[in-house]
Amino acid sequence: MGEKPKLRVTLLTGRTIEQGVGKEHGKSSKEYVESVSVCYMDPEDMKKLGVKDKTNIQVSTAFGSVVVKAQKSLRAPHPSVIFIPYGPWANVIVDPETHGIGMPSFKGIPATVEPAPEKPVLGLKELLELQFRKG
Amino acid sequence: MPVVKAVTCPVCGSLCDDIELTIENGRIVKVKNGCAMCEAKFLGYCCEHRVLKPMIRKDGELVKTSLKEAIRRAAEILAEANYPVLYGWSNTSCEATSVGIELAEEVGGVIDNTSVVCHGPSILSIQDVGIPSCTLGQIRHRADLIVYWGSNPWSAHPRHIERYTSFSEGRFEKSAWRGYVTKIKALVGRKKIQSAIKRLVLKKPSQISTHLEPTFVSPIMRKGRKLIVIDVRRTKTAEMADFFVQVEPNKDYELLQAFRALIRDQELAVDKVAGVPVEYLEDVADAMVSCDFGALFFGLGLTMSGAKLRNIDAALSLVRDLNMRTKFIIMPMRGHFNVTGANTVSTWQTGYPYAVDFSLGYPRYNPGETSVVDVLLRKESDAALIVASDPVSNFPHKAAEHLAENPLIVIDPHMNVTAQMADVLIPSAFVGIEAAGTAYRMDHVPIPLKKVVNPPRGILPDEEILRRILAEIRKIKKKQEAA
Repeated sequence: MGEKPKLRVTLLTGRTIEQGVGKEHGKSSKEYVESVSVCYMDPEDMKKLGVKDKTNIQVSTAFGSVVVKAQKSLRAPHPSVIFIPYGPWANVIVDPETHGIGMPSFKGIPATVEPAPEKPVLGLKELLELQFRKG
Repeated sequence: MPVVKAVTCPVCGSLCDDIELTIENGRIVKVKNGCAMCEAKFLGYCCEHRVLKPMIRKDGELVKTSLKEAIRRAAEILAEANYPVLYGWSNTSCEATSVGIELAEEVGGVIDNTSVVCHGPSILSIQDVGIPSCTLGQIRHRADLIVYWGSNPWSAHPRHIERYTSFSEGRFEKSAWRGYVTKIKALVGRKKIQSAIKRLVLKKPSQISTHLEPTFVSPIMRKGRKLIVIDVRRTKTAEMADFFVQVEPNKDYELLQAFRALIRDQELAVDKVAGVPVEYLEDVADAMVSCDFGALFFGLGLTMSGAKLRNIDAALSLVRDLNMRTKFIIMPMRGHFNVTGANTVSTWQTGYPYAVDFSLGYPRYNPGETSVVDVLLRKESDAALIVASDPVSNFPHKAAEHLAENPLIVIDPHMNVTAQMADVLIPSAFVGIEAAGTAYRMDHVPIPLKKVVNPPRGILPDEEILRRILAEIRKIKKKQEAA
């Protein structure tokens, strides 16, 4: 067994209509959680990594690491660019640096992606407990 | 069944005011004219995730309590704090924000709204460069060129294109909807032909393009309303565009400056800028210069990446340059329905639009120092009041961590992620559904929000809850002074 493949990518976070609808249903709703614990990837990148649609991947940046579900992007081609909707999962790995103007970097963050079939995507409660030990 | 017409939708900064709601037994049962988010809000506001009783954390668990007790506890936390943060405000009414600012002054805290993680950099730039802008009505009736840059209204402002830009039927400019439908039909036709060729004649895929590549899109110089989308991904909005420019992530600044050079008829000594061939850019620059009335809408693609506020400097400067050749305006695509109102009210009362620090007894404004994310990253705050917002869900983890460590008061209708961390949780009525108020649209037009149904028993609007907390704080302070 060789080392697990890893892909260097640029992470974008942002709004999706599913996230927009999910947040109106409530942040603990299934719709919301399912809409924000995913990562949209270019199908070619998924092939390179050997990950299938709706399987778990681990996305890591200099600020943290999180397991989310890979999803084939309908907005491809965007090689080496991954997209995670705004939410508690994305925020584990975004760049908090505000460069002196108050705005953290939510888009354009260097990241790596690797398959994580054995690791689970944490639920909202577990994710919060792990991060904040409160809730 | 009573139908309430001309309801304003309290979801995004477009503030669509043509919603029709059917009410049955005090509940909204049907929504007409709304987008998916609007429907989800009006039909789902009273779901199982609603908080119906005030709560207080005891021995690590949130337990139900009376409103009086929750307000007393919230007032105690804020009165005792040295440097509390008061954050949120863009999902509530201007009236509530106004009381919030009074409260911040009383307790000597930092009051900040969600524009700090949204269009904060845009505001900083506008203060530096200035902004040529107008109302959305003018754009609807007169604009013949629309540019969306780093913005995906299809997902974030679903009716923006239909109500105010390309697909709206203006007095002097016709809707481009029919042209779009023809284009989609042509695309589908091409796809069918392609698959037929693939199946019947050739074993390998044909070379006919099915993407809306610049070579395929209808000529940029055609007559009528045109739509240009500049983004890092081929979004749904990009698929509607006459011209789509796919910029490399974090390279918007280069592209904006390249456009500034091109519209001044300067030659670029490179083949590509930000991954886009210069010849395409020349076509887009031609379209910008030759329009009668252009409108550039920009989103968080510009404010959150790469050069951040410098991107906006370049965008504002580009529009200023374009105004030497034609008429052009620029507008940020504001996200939450009253984020513009939060900035406006804050500017009236304090002189500054966000990140206002009252710790010295007078308002100070220095984003990067007095902005909430920075205060949290430096671990300086010792209490927090969050109104109509979910920062634990939306802030970078490191900032949210300190927020969760603070004694935390949350006023929100929903059990959102921040509410789950709260020490005092006070449920509130939905502004625009169960409480009236005023909100500002993204073009700074104030629009009234209606109360269409009654809130659940005992649930008050944000404004009233804040007034009660403020009164309680003043009582505590008086007692302290007397002692």
